[in-house]
Amino acid sequence: MAENTAPKSAPSVAPPVPEAWVKTELARHPQRPYPMDYIEALFTDFSEIHGDRQFGDDPAMAAGMARFHGQPVAVIGNLKGRSLKERVARKFGSPDPEGYRKALRVMKFAEKYGHPIFTFIDLAGANPGLGAEERGQGEAIARNLLEMSRLRVPTIATVTGEGGSGGALALAVADRVLMLENTIYSVISPEGCASIMWKDASKKQQAAAALRYTATDVKRLGCVDDVIDEPQGGTHNDPALAFEMVNKKLTQHLAALQSQSIEDLLAARYAKFRNIAQFYTVAGVAASA
Amino acid sequence: MTWFKRDDNEIQPNDDHEVKTEGLWVKCPGCRKTIWKADIDANLQVCPNCGHHFKFSARERIENLLEPGFELVDLDLVSTDPLEFTDLKPYKSRLAQTQKKTGLNDAIINAVGRMGDLDVILSVMEYGFIGGSMGAVVGETITRAADRALESRRPLIVVSASGGARMQEGIASLMQLAKVSSVLAKLDDAKIPYISLITDPTYGGVTASFAMLGDLNIAEPGALIGFAGPRVIEQTIRQKLPEGFQRSEFLLEHGFLDAIVERKDLKSYLAQSLKWMTEKA
Repeated sequence: MAENTAPKSAPSVAPPVPEAWVKTELARHPQRPYPMDYIEALFTDFSEIHGDRQFGDDPAMAAGMARFHGQPVAVIGNLKGRSLKERVARKFGSPDPEGYRKALRVMKFAEKYGHPIFTFIDLAGANPGLGAEERGQGEAIARNLLEMSRLRVPTIATVTGEGGSGGALALAVADRVLMLENTIYSVISPEGCASIMWKDASKKQQAAAALRYTATDVKRLGCVDDVIDEPQGGTHNDPALAFEMVNKKLTQHLAALQSQSIEDLLAARYAKFRNIAQFYTVAGVAASA
Repeated sequence: MTWFKRDDNEIQPNDDHEVKTEGLWVKCPGCRKTIWKADIDANLQVCPNCGHHFKFSARERIENLLEPGFELVDLDLVSTDPLEFTDLKPYKSRLAQTQKKTGLNDAIINAVGRMGDLDVILSVMEYGFIGGSMGAVVGETITRAADRALESRRPLIVVSASGGARMQEGIASLMQLAKVSSVLAKLDDAKIPYISLITDPTYGGVTASFAMLGDLNIAEPGALIGFAGPRVIEQTIRQKLPEGFQRSEFLLEHGFLDAIVERKDLKSYLAQSLKWMTEKA
């Protein structure tokens, strides 16, 4: 490690804040537009659909019917809340199994009538809790991954803030996965990674850099399809401009997807995820078996 | 002033008289009895007293489930360390060390062979390899097992044992959930049987993908299975978790397991279920 090799007498200077951490703070900025802000700005006639018809209505997940430039579509996004009271009620944006099941129910509803699906994601992760485990958080996420891979309509997922692990992926097995410029998409939070790998939660900045989870890095690793520029300094500096930038990209991608036959679309979606993140080489067989 | 005095202060250990007992006896976490290790070894790593299931290695599992003459396949993939990840130690050196220790390239073994009179594809995770965590190699290897099942129309069985996605491969490991789930959708469309056997422990991204996607999801008794780890949940809800939380029996009670099957009965259970699924009327 770098600091071990440095001479003992070196003056202690605060290490520069890694860019990944700057982006993390931007992605989590409290003034940043949330999924519902994009839904309200970019879509018309939004009509919310509540509940998973099995257990309840997750306050951390919104889904419904809407129109995109006049076209009927389904929209889904998690809800974070602005005031402290609302944030607590919405579990800081972390959905429970019934949230994922509601999302899937609305996706299947859109599929039935041939309408495209848009999802917007800004969550730290699926809710870790006693009830979530009792009601099968793992199963709910797994089911969404499998079913999204074979939805017979165009799907576009956009990470607008934090893309937190399986909880984010459960809305992002899509034809197009987009990330805004100052967002992150990661298998674990930097805090979680620091406390597990460094056994020290204060190493979160190092963990942030090591995880290579900024939009630029994730794109370079081939794990998202496109990165959307943000207004100078981040989406919160000029939300109207941010909405326009996202609108432009979504329009573009939807047009491209709708120009293909559904069979081609499904084949391309399958090929993308079948061949994603192939980070291995073929070496000798180590097994002595 | 001392009552006794010893002239030679050195006590010389006599190696000849040493009796080596280390590793010969095991304290069973189930019944807290001390059990003769050889008895456990002879009983499929299950406590002969209380039936506690000790961990089974991937190789032991394959030998237990398949008839002799099976073939191990897809063993040659090695992670390329896509993030060039370093925490307290470089990921590359962790990998090299574990590869040397386990004789495996990663936390998974695929096998092709017969179970009773049925040809099957078996993919088994090895918990002893970085906590059975799933990175690009594990994801690709399970997908290859599913590809083999698709091509040959043979049933697929995946045995999971994993802490979840492999942090050191970051977003690349998260994508493996999507990859494996996509190929399982293909298997489902093609009506090729897939059974998920969940073993102790299975968490995180593995629970949130293929472990929960079987035509049948079954587990061994007492296995810890969950999405979030118990410590994370306790920190979040700030209360103690109930006894037996996230054990197989807890999942069965809440409707997320189809059956709990003891290790000695697994092979016949699997063979019988697969027969039920594949037999033409």
